[in-house]
Amino acid sequence: MKPAPFAYERPRDLDAALSMLAASGGSAKVIAGGQSLGPMLNLRLVQPELIVDISGLAELKRAEVSRGELVLGALVTHADIEDGRTADVTRGAMRGVAANIAYRAVRNRGTIGGSLSHADPAADWISALAALGARVTLRSLAGARTMAIEAFVVGALESALRAGEIVEAIHVPSRAASAHWGYAKSCRKTGEFAHAIAAVLIDPTAASARVVIGAIDTTPIVVTDAAELFGGRIAGDYKQCFDIRVADALLAKAGIDDAAQRHIHVSVLKRALLEAAA
Amino acid sequence: MKEGAGLRNEREFPSGKSGQGVGARLPRKEDDRLMRGRGQYVADIRLAGLQDVAFVRSPLAHARIRGIHVPERYRGSVFTAADLGGIKPIRAVSGLPGFKISEQPVLATGKVRQVGELVAMCLAPTRAEAEDIAASVTLDLEELPAVYDMLKAREPGSALVHEHWGDNVFLETNYEVDISVALDAPIKVTREISTARQCMSPLEGRGVVATFDRRLDQLTLHSAAQMPHITRSGLAECLGMEEGQIRVISPDVGGGFGHKGILLPEEVCLSWLAMQRGHPVRWLEDRREHLVASSNCREHHYKITVYADRDGTLRGIDCEATVDSGAYSSYPFSACLEAAQIASILPGPYKMPAYRCRTFSVATNKCPILPYRGVARTGVCFALELMLDLVAAEAGLEPGEVRLRNLVLPEQMPFDNITRKHFDSGDYPEAMRRALAAIDVDSIRAKQRLGEVDGRRIGVGVSIYCEQAAHGTSVYSGWGIPMVPGHEQASARLTPDGGLELRVGVHSHGQGMETTLAQVAHEILGVDVAKIRIILGDTAMTPYSTGTWGSRSMVMAGGAVATACRELGERARRIGAKLLQHDPAAVVLQNGEVRGVNGSVNIQTIAHTWYRRPQDLPADVDPGGLEVTQGYKPVRDSGTFSYAAHAAVVAVDPDVGEVEILDYVIVEDGGVLVNPQVVDGQIYGGLAQGIGTALYEEMPFDASGQPLATTLADYLLPGPTEVPAARLDHMETPSPYTQFGVKGIGEGGAIAPPAAIANAVNDALRPLGVELMQSPITPHRVVEAVLAARATERSAA
Repeated sequence: MKPAPFAYERPRDLDAALSMLAASGGSAKVIAGGQSLGPMLNLRLVQPELIVDISGLAELKRAEVSRGELVLGALVTHADIEDGRTADVTRGAMRGVAANIAYRAVRNRGTIGGSLSHADPAADWISALAALGARVTLRSLAGARTMAIEAFVVGALESALRAGEIVEAIHVPSRAASAHWGYAKSCRKTGEFAHAIAAVLIDPTAASARVVIGAIDTTPIVVTDAAELFGGRIAGDYKQCFDIRVADALLAKAGIDDAAQRHIHVSVLKRALLEAAA
Repeated sequence: MKEGAGLRNEREFPSGKSGQGVGARLPRKEDDRLMRGRGQYVADIRLAGLQDVAFVRSPLAHARIRGIHVPERYRGSVFTAADLGGIKPIRAVSGLPGFKISEQPVLATGKVRQVGELVAMCLAPTRAEAEDIAASVTLDLEELPAVYDMLKAREPGSALVHEHWGDNVFLETNYEVDISVALDAPIKVTREISTARQCMSPLEGRGVVATFDRRLDQLTLHSAAQMPHITRSGLAECLGMEEGQIRVISPDVGGGFGHKGILLPEEVCLSWLAMQRGHPVRWLEDRREHLVASSNCREHHYKITVYADRDGTLRGIDCEATVDSGAYSSYPFSACLEAAQIASILPGPYKMPAYRCRTFSVATNKCPILPYRGVARTGVCFALELMLDLVAAEAGLEPGEVRLRNLVLPEQMPFDNITRKHFDSGDYPEAMRRALAAIDVDSIRAKQRLGEVDGRRIGVGVSIYCEQAAHGTSVYSGWGIPMVPGHEQASARLTPDGGLELRVGVHSHGQGMETTLAQVAHEILGVDVAKIRIILGDTAMTPYSTGTWGSRSMVMAGGAVATACRELGERARRIGAKLLQHDPAAVVLQNGEVRGVNGSVNIQTIAHTWYRRPQDLPADVDPGGLEVTQGYKPVRDSGTFSYAAHAAVVAVDPDVGEVEILDYVIVEDGGVLVNPQVVDGQIYGGLAQGIGTALYEEMPFDASGQPLATTLADYLLPGPTEVPAARLDHMETPSPYTQFGVKGIGEGGAIAPPAAIANAVNDALRPLGVELMQSPITPHRVVEAVLAARATERSAA
């Protein structure tokens, strides 16, 4: 379990990194915390010619609140969020998610941008941030573009990143005072990848709800207007109104044929709703 | 919990209150080294000129090899079967009638029979470069249908792993004690029960460093091995060398569990390569190799019927058991040990008048199966104890009551059971009663009536086993496999400064033998354990032994150390008598001193005089000296029987399938405990592995024979948060046949947890009509069963 040979660069600024990526013509891989890429290299599942280590890019480590939203640099670690070293506009929601990602050793090195770029369906941020309505900024030498998380994740281990492009920042909107948050996952053991994730952001006052069912074989199911899951309207009694048949149908439509799997996902979603309503 | 609360051993322990002898809760001597990261494992060995090996392994489960293509630039660094002239395949033949022989080529010839089978060996200065070379080698394989399901493998028309056999059965056995007398029993329960294929997963994988010494004309093989002397015999057979030309050194070993008990094709390959190249070579098993290509364990299937009376009294058991033995018979335990053991131990610690068991050891296109901690007993305990809960449900009795009705009673000991196993001593019902009291079944029943606020369901489960350990000649000669244990030997030598060196052929890979054997020696000679060195794991330095397996080391090596130390003490006593100018009959050895009416002389002085000041000794002194080797067998070699009752309380979420262990109790009797703290450690470690079997560990295969759990993200092992703080209670019934009354206990912790936990889960879910008869109990299996039960209920309504 040793990686195939590769060249290694550790640029000092973002432009240098983007230039290296552009010059590589798609044969380079970006490494930050290395918590997913490291094992993949060792298993020779990826064999890039060049590794661009962006861990020295100070501009990607910033975290600031600007115009009502939190902007997190791609290199912010899960532990930074867990420990409250970054500002929080989600009233603890992100902190709670971060604290339960894998193990502390992984959280110390793993980054939010790396997790999104890897786009593992079982990872936490692609589901949690989609429920929070976050957006992601991608940058290449050609410029920057910003898109919703659910648009960024296009398949299992597949993102919208183009060759030469990296995740620069994540924009998290403030969670309204009236918005309830629930996040639940089921893992076979502590710190293991989840086999079911549910994230809900429900604002009975605004009659809005975002519901995400994650850790399925493909992209998370993101329901941005989730009224259909609650009998057509969102109000304070959403917990009682939750229609498991609609959730089950969404999962069936996403290609999950196994009834027990669907049942587990729906039950985990129920847990998230209970947490939100508590 | 309390300890030592069982029957007290009445023997005299001369160490008295020194606090270092048999029974002392001494911290492990080796931990100072191991816990500070100063251990030396195979991977820590540095030799000048060392090069690394990576193997090209078969990507297919079953295929004919049409060609192996090595790029021109790597010729000379890649070796295939064609290069290994004169190397014999590994053969582990059982003498049981009807056993079919498999030959495992050390590098594949003609066919590959499992994913991961060695095809070519690649040599380079570093492992990464060796892997680069391995990646450049291409195999031209003609894929054959894979034999991946042991039950289908027995059907006519199945693809064949070894064509010339005509079928896929290594061995079929039949054992019967008149089952007909059970057939009219009012309770008759039949089920199919299965346990998953597992990987043993020691922290340290296998590893080999081989080097050849031209001066000594000797190959030295450093290997992470449990049984170095057996490895040497196997190597000599495959390499066609004299045993004296081979030295096997097994340094610190990070867990064995059976995985390090076999001769590896890698060991043979590296030995050949070191001799060919004249420089040291190394191969270290990586985690993927361990999961995919190494040995597996535990895959059993039972079709079992239990007959009982209305009051729960067992009338008989009828079983057909199948073991997926994998592609090859492993050296030295063979492909049939597991299944043959099932037939002999399925009746457990119970009395019954009728019994029949038919077993099949089936060849498949998977890794060879090896005896893993508990060997067949974990599967057997799972099958039998799940069935007894069903008998209890039929009879309307508490599961504990059914056990108490059928366990062998203390007044029946020693007891010969229906398969002629000779239970040496113990109070099995007392262990069960204590476990039931400690887990407090009544309070759990009360809680169950109230229900849980979070929607989970709680359940309680028990299991009990007795475990044969330190199997001797009479047990193993019957299997007819390449290894039969005889007398165990130990050497004891006093050094000139009064220290003690002990040489034993067993090994220690977590068992704490460097401490416990020193305690045994201290018990006899009174030498401070700090001055006792244990030398093990080296064929050049230790007496021959079959090694460490079958929970035998404390009984066998402990007995041999005691025997050797007694003889050494006797010699010291005679010299001491000369120094005291006493008649030898008038002096005794006590607490490290030879004492007579005129005074005393300590062992240190005796040793110093013997080695350094022989002029102080009279001419008629016994010339035998202060170094002895002695052999030992227990009074009876049919094995010791330790036993334990386990009880678990679990909470199960029927909708998500999660199982949480809320409480766990173990009441254990391992005879006299040489070091109760070491025993506790063994039990905790075994429990963790048992929980792995119960809830997490599974190596699934697809229909092409591909192993699917190729990393530890897929092959789940329990971690610290999955193992509860179990409550232990010790009983202490001495074995009548061993030194100090000790019994083997190394494996027990891993035997009973799958049964206790499954019974607890089934107890929790029984009101829903759910029954889980397969390990591991995964969330998916729980929810699937719950949904199936709901569907049945709906269709019935």
